[in-house]
Amino acid sequence: MSNTFTRKFTPSKVGLAVAAPLAAAFFSILVSSLAVIASKKSPVEAFKAMWEYGTEAGSLMEIVNTATPYYIAAIAIAVTFRAGLFNIGVEGQLRLGALFSCYIGAMFVLPPVLHVAVVFIIAMTFGGLWAAIAAYLKVKRGVNEVISTIMLNALAGGLSAYLLSKHFAVVEEGSNNLQTKELPASAQIPDLMPLLRKIGIEDQPGGGVYGMFFVAVALGLIFWFVVNRTRFGFELRASGLNPIAARVSGVNSKRMTFLALVISGAIAGLSGLPTVLGETHTYNLGFRAGIGFSAIAVALLGRNSAGGMAISALLFGFLEVSSRALELIDIAPETYVIMQGSILLSSVVAYEVVRRFKLTLQSKELAKVVQA
Amino acid sequence: MSVAVELRHITKRFPGVIANKDVSIKVESGTVHALVGENGAGKSTVMKILYGMQRPDSGEILVNGKEVHFKNPNDAIDSGIGMVHQHFMLADNFTVLENIILGSEPKHGATIDFAAARTKIVEMATQYGLEINPDVLVEELGVGQRQRVEILKVLFRGANILIFDEPTAVLVPQEVDDLFKALEGLRAQGMAVIFISHKLDEVLRVADEVTVVRQGSTVAEVKSKDVTARELAELMVGSELPKPSTLGHTRREEVTLALKSVSIPAAGSRDLISNITFNLHAGEVVGIAGVEGNGQAELVEAIMGLREYTGSIEFQGSSIDSLSVAHRHDLGIGLIPEDRQRQSLMMTSPLWENRILGHQRSKPVMRGFVIDKKATIESTRTIMQEFDVRAPGPDTLAAALSGGNQQKFIVGREMSKAPALLVASHPTRGVDVGAQGAIWDVLRKAREKGMAIVLISADLEELIGMSDRLLVMLRGTITAELDPAKTTPEQLGSAMTGAA
Amino acid sequence: MKILRYAVMLVFVLASIRLITGASDLTSTGTASAALLLSVPIVLAALGGLFSERAGVVNIGLEGMMIMGAWAGGLIGSQHGPWAGLLAAVVFGSVGALLHAIATVTFGVDHVVSGVAINIIAAGLVRYLSTLMYKSGAWPGPAQSPGIETIPVNGLPILSGGQFFGWKSPDLLGSIANLKWFFISDLASILRGLTGDVSYVTMVAIAFVPLAYFILWRTAFGLRLRSAGEAPVAAESLGVNVYAMKYAGVLISGGLAGLGGGFLAIVAASNYQENQVAGRGYIGLAALLFGNYRPGGLLAGAGLFGFADALQLRDSAAIHALLLFIVVILAFVAFKKFRSGKQIGAVISLVAAGLTLWFFFAVDELPGQLVTMTPYIATILVMALASQRLRMPAADGIPYRRGGLR
Repeated sequence: MSNTFTRKFTPSKVGLAVAAPLAAAFFSILVSSLAVIASKKSPVEAFKAMWEYGTEAGSLMEIVNTATPYYIAAIAIAVTFRAGLFNIGVEGQLRLGALFSCYIGAMFVLPPVLHVAVVFIIAMTFGGLWAAIAAYLKVKRGVNEVISTIMLNALAGGLSAYLLSKHFAVVEEGSNNLQTKELPASAQIPDLMPLLRKIGIEDQPGGGVYGMFFVAVALGLIFWFVVNRTRFGFELRASGLNPIAARVSGVNSKRMTFLALVISGAIAGLSGLPTVLGETHTYNLGFRAGIGFSAIAVALLGRNSAGGMAISALLFGFLEVSSRALELIDIAPETYVIMQGSILLSSVVAYEVVRRFKLTLQSKELAKVVQA
Repeated sequence: MSVAVELRHITKRFPGVIANKDVSIKVESGTVHALVGENGAGKSTVMKILYGMQRPDSGEILVNGKEVHFKNPNDAIDSGIGMVHQHFMLADNFTVLENIILGSEPKHGATIDFAAARTKIVEMATQYGLEINPDVLVEELGVGQRQRVEILKVLFRGANILIFDEPTAVLVPQEVDDLFKALEGLRAQGMAVIFISHKLDEVLRVADEVTVVRQGSTVAEVKSKDVTARELAELMVGSELPKPSTLGHTRREEVTLALKSVSIPAAGSRDLISNITFNLHAGEVVGIAGVEGNGQAELVEAIMGLREYTGSIEFQGSSIDSLSVAHRHDLGIGLIPEDRQRQSLMMTSPLWENRILGHQRSKPVMRGFVIDKKATIESTRTIMQEFDVRAPGPDTLAAALSGGNQQKFIVGREMSKAPALLVASHPTRGVDVGAQGAIWDVLRKAREKGMAIVLISADLEELIGMSDRLLVMLRGTITAELDPAKTTPEQLGSAMTGAA
Repeated sequence: MKILRYAVMLVFVLASIRLITGASDLTSTGTASAALLLSVPIVLAALGGLFSERAGVVNIGLEGMMIMGAWAGGLIGSQHGPWAGLLAAVVFGSVGALLHAIATVTFGVDHVVSGVAINIIAAGLVRYLSTLMYKSGAWPGPAQSPGIETIPVNGLPILSGGQFFGWKSPDLLGSIANLKWFFISDLASILRGLTGDVSYVTMVAIAFVPLAYFILWRTAFGLRLRSAGEAPVAAESLGVNVYAMKYAGVLISGGLAGLGGGFLAIVAASNYQENQVAGRGYIGLAALLFGNYRPGGLLAGAGLFGFADALQLRDSAAIHALLLFIVVILAFVAFKKFRSGKQIGAVISLVAAGLTLWFFFAVDELPGQLVTMTPYIATILVMALASQRLRMPAADGIPYRRGGLR
């Protein structure tokens, strides 16, 4: 066992693995500091305030809650990225998934676990269907899926606004907000406070950790297993690495494209649910927008791997939540957007640089062996 | 006779390999000077240095007696050096004219002077016997014509030192004659021609002097009239050359592959392949000869199921027409594709993951629908040992291996499930002589054990030496069947162009 | 010319539909004017895409570059006047493009990944900067800039009431349009919309199209740029600086996209507002694909999308009438497919035509939220139907390294 360990974790391998994220982090801190300085404030104070606020128990819980939908959506995106496709339409897919699952889910009452399962299925169905449009266009007509999924995003926005205001909403007394009928208790997922209390974590004013956290973790494990250990996952990756070789090896590329996009849409449909099932219990005009786009950044930053994306999702959540503290010292909280952006750009470049370096390193190693 | 170009003590290192070590070459103007050596000996590298695409680590280059330093191909072009590449460097979607003037465009104010360019090109083409239509898109040209465009490119820029990198690799004997006539013309005009090749008969036909390169260094410089091909070959390898010959008959009764009237229609033009009919027995090697682009690649795709076709293909007695690519693989049809990097490797993945490619539906790599990583790594190690794949281990990325080792790995991978039928498309292309011999050995042994092999190749000696039967493909149909024991490369070449 | 024939047929069909449905906006001067106006950002984005992709770099980041251009137009335009604003837009768009070029050309990052990243970053960056401007009191809101002066407009002399040196010429086309004669007046009103009261910037932008053709196909620079996208290794072997050509293509594309964004803020509107660009960068790419990577084609595509965009802003009755137009198109497609022997395709088109016809009669007025979706639906439909054999530059999207390595 120690042999495999020392073989897997040689200094150069570990070094390479952390080189890119470190370089990216360094660059991002640099850029964000410049942004803070530009608004005539001290970067050190800013980072300190963020760290102190972000590490409070209540904030930590919120960070996990923020990260959960990002993570699920990022998994959806990663499924396509691995196959060499780009599902940029996660935003629209998750919106429709949330909308329809709230509307239909509130029509009946079922035993709790079953009800939640049905809600999941509805969300996945509508997310998958919406993605199927882009999948069909790609496979049958060769339509570039980047453009079609983005157009479908816009369409989903309009469609959901229309359906909500004209058909799905229930009128609330004294409120301007349109929303679907509230989901019955059997469809709500309780938060994890009971579990957390058992291990000594106290209640916090902001609420608890969404129950869907476990779903996210489970999805991550399933994603890792399927992509790395199953035949389907291998064919998915092969299609992304070398589509011609994949085809020659027997992969049906059209089928793979279609499946990858639809599965991605289905998972995306789930990512709108954490807030809906854990907190608001309804779909309304205030539905959180932009999850889909942040998730793209999370997927890229996490290099489409289950572990990497988890860390990235938590990082993005941390930046978002902790940046609220900036307002108290009179810095624009939107600074976190700069941080996210610069991490994304620098990491994407850093990964590429490290990859090339690794290849050169391997060639050198190879020469040593051959000449031996 | 003055010395047109001289290379002195050129050394060049790449990460992990010394490509050129102390290489010295002297070429006089008005001569054809050949540079010979096996694949991977370093000939291409030293020419890239002469052409300015690489910079030497040490050594000097002299053009017409003056020392020069090239930072890029532009500098070399300015010194009068022009390179006609082995793999044509042409833009398919551009016209002949656009390809020729790219980078040296004649100007008329702010715009390109197309008329002046056209005149000059037509003039040059007539002068050297390289007729071509300047306004045709390159993608519509045949191989011989494309080479003309490459030569015109070089002449257009006023080159008087021309480098030809393996120019006859893709030509049939008649086109080779045309090329050599052009070379004679260039020599008569006082140009210096450097001719890189590993086809020793041709070299002796056209060259005045020969420099031999072996493992990165120059080992001999001789006059062509003073040596035989055999002697040159031995200088190249340093020892006896392997011969690609099969001994004895191993053909069995059972028909492994039967093609009947197989055709692939193409919209609006002649069929890509038309009415292909032949039977292949177990233990038999059928060699498919033909100039590239006459339907061989499409035939392979039909057999593997990568393309739709009409007619019928039977494998071991039953029809496979409706079966998918994956299914055909699983039944026992193996493929060594033409372009290993594009068609059968994931370059950025380790060897053990590449082991799975093509075999992701069966043991030992899979356990149900889950990958058995341990068994896969074991199997990869076994393949690496049995087929002499030189790499640190199964974790090595495919991109880090040399071409020969990659090909040996692919051959090993396909052999690992002992297919009843192997389709080998240019199996030793771009592979060093050692690996070439190894692969021929593998194919020979498999044939003895009863494997049926479809061998497609542009190497006429390989075809003649390894096949039991030869089929010639021209314009999508089989135009001749020959007995390799009674066919010379010249006869085969004639048949391939339809002259016989 | 075939194109002229098609254009006239198109006007005839639109005129007929106008007559039937009474949706006068279909062929009105106002709509044609708006269509021209709104097609400009799309043309500019598409031209940007043209230069970039011809050099072999896929540029999904056009949207982000337009956003930066729009923002810069708002910032500088409100302080220093519209022309300065447009210049700033070009610069800011190019800065975004520089990032894309460095990532893809120098570092070999996947083109689509880099483009998507640029879009995310640009959107976030301008939001951040807008907040700063708002906090400092310079801007009225956290998502909008102060107002910008308008750029003057002009038109063709005699035909469209152009003004030259103080003299207002007659407006012949306008007069004919007012006569409301079937087809003649429709044609006149469309032409009047296209040639009268046109912003100077619009004229410049449209002039870029033939200019792009000239640069790319008639100059040495253009040939070398295209070679970088078709056969970079061949180009390098002839001494072309492929890296420089790719950088040039991407930077030009950023400048054009930025100008498109600035146009949205300064000419199409009168200040910068968040979400102004609204996907037009992507629609521009779609126009480029529709035009098969050629300037003439992308102009036609942009015109089409501009028309859809314009209708959405006007009478919703016009959109409703547009359904009838779609029915005619589908019927035409069905006819062509039937003629070329594709029976199944013909039947599908006929069925689709029938459904659309039913929808037209069943629904009186289209709901507002769906009307704003018109340009996006149009984009998808166009991309789905116009599946010709695209002639993409041969080395488009492939990371390039000197010496032909990977």
